[in-house]
Amino acid sequence: MGNIFRTNRLDHKSPLAGPTKTLCDTVTDQPSPIFSPAFARGTQSAGPEPSPSDPARAERPQQFHTMFRRASCLLARSLFLSSSRSWVRPFSTDLPAAPTADSTFVEAWKKVVPNIEPPKTPIAFVKPRPPTPSSIPSKLTVNFVLPYASELSTKEVDMVIIPATTGQMGVLPGHVATIAELKPGVLSVHEGNEVTKYFISSGFAFIHANSYADVVAIEAVPIDQIDPTLVQKGLAEFTQKLSSASTDLEKAEAQIGVDMHSALNSALTG
Amino acid sequence: MAMAALRREGRRLAPLISPQSITAVRSSVISQEQAPLGLRSISTQIVRNRMKSVKNIQKITKAMKMVAASKLRAIQVRAENSRGLWQPFTALLGDSPSVDVKKNVIVTISSDKGLCGGINSTSVKTSKALKKLTAGPDKETKYVVLGEKAKAQLIRDSKKDFELSITELQKNPLNYTQVSVLADDILKNVEYDALRIVFNKFQSVVSFLPTVATVLSPEAVEKEAESGGKLGELDSYEIEGGETKSEVLQNLGEFQFSCVLFNAVLENACSEQGARMSAMDSSSRNAGDMLDRLTLTYNRTRQASITTELIEIISGASALEG
Repeated sequence: MGNIFRTNRLDHKSPLAGPTKTLCDTVTDQPSPIFSPAFARGTQSAGPEPSPSDPARAERPQQFHTMFRRASCLLARSLFLSSSRSWVRPFSTDLPAAPTADSTFVEAWKKVVPNIEPPKTPIAFVKPRPPTPSSIPSKLTVNFVLPYASELSTKEVDMVIIPATTGQMGVLPGHVATIAELKPGVLSVHEGNEVTKYFISSGFAFIHANSYADVVAIEAVPIDQIDPTLVQKGLAEFTQKLSSASTDLEKAEAQIGVDMHSALNSALTG
Repeated sequence: MAMAALRREGRRLAPLISPQSITAVRSSVISQEQAPLGLRSISTQIVRNRMKSVKNIQKITKAMKMVAASKLRAIQVRAENSRGLWQPFTALLGDSPSVDVKKNVIVTISSDKGLCGGINSTSVKTSKALKKLTAGPDKETKYVVLGEKAKAQLIRDSKKDFELSITELQKNPLNYTQVSVLADDILKNVEYDALRIVFNKFQSVVSFLPTVATVLSPEAVEKEAESGGKLGELDSYEIEGGETKSEVLQNLGEFQFSCVLFNAVLENACSEQGARMSAMDSSSRNAGDMLDRLTLTYNRTRQASITTELIEIISGASALEG
């Protein structure tokens, strides 16, 4: 796999190949920790850490050495240009710049099953978050996710109002860390002068100390896409079902329907 | 399966391919009495039949590749959209795959249909290794299996460790409601301290990473919170809603499980289609190679028998003259 990666990178002509050539020599001795395992596998005779003082270096096959240097050059370029994103990464954009793995897990795995590679864990795929700043930041960063889409991802806003089970809760930057269970209601996102309102059907909201808010909901629709006549019809239907329900299960289902439709109603009117 | 069929075809043709054994072939294939049209057509007939079947295999595998490619396109979009779903939970609770608990449940996700490369075998290998990893005195590990292929492989040695097995997951297009009902089923019927979901994460069309996602039960979360780490910060969070903290944490755990399971099932389905695409692609390429070899053999056989006939005629004619 490391070989394929090298070929791809070599084929791609980065526009900034010229000026960064001088950087290659300085960075060759420090291969990036991300890719050194791959290269260790692919270029076994070269070894993961070529040092200039190593006397065995001259004995190593020349081709491996050159390939390793060129690959390290490309890595150096990637490290320096990762922010400018001058090329598309060969793998999906889910991988962060520095995948970390739980080291205790990897070690325990290697002891029990040395032949198979340890599986990845979610930590490797998560973008790292900034730590709690000492002063209250000016904006709140909101991630609003649904099973089918990430409605808002790392959007900087002034305030969000979430429909917690204990009532509408306003969240400003610097809010205390909270885990809130949500009931069907309106989520409004305030950014400058504009307000976007979504009707969400329950979920959870996590507010972290570093002014990051995650809202996870099952369904969300913008308010203007709700049809009032259907809401009234549904409310009447479920109230009728509730009164005629016999078993506990039917009662519970009808109650949920009533709750949802009355919340929709108040969302449209309120 | 298609590869095995191709290999069988190749082995059957091995005696036919070497040029020195053409005479041996002629004598061994069919005796002269059974040949109504002459030996020439019989031996080429056999090669022609082989070529027809290999060509059909090639067509089928090419069609399967196209189907897998179109299914992959559809499901890849949904899998990538669902990736944001489990990240808030990992941001809040961290990830503790090396957690030490008494009751482990390994949820293995696999496909129902075959011909998808090695992804089901890697999932099963990972699950078995996890079982070994989490084994210990008065600890138990059980399996919940989604998908026919892993069930067939695991049931051979671990039949008594099966808690639940679910098949035909993809009969209807995957959606969150179905997966949440499934998650509810699992949570109700299975006692667990930690759930480990094993699946293949879709990284690209040619690369699938075996991944383990861990979901802890509320009691295990409390225990881990005491020992510190990411979960230790959980106490600093205010709890809004619900009567007690434990009720909210329980809801949180169940919600986390259904979200992680949803993403895992989608990723695995993506990986399955991608693996099937590449398996069918290599299969049709091999069929094409085999077809080329068979064509050469066919032509050689045909020309050799024509030459032999000519030689017979000419030698017969010259014997008459001379």
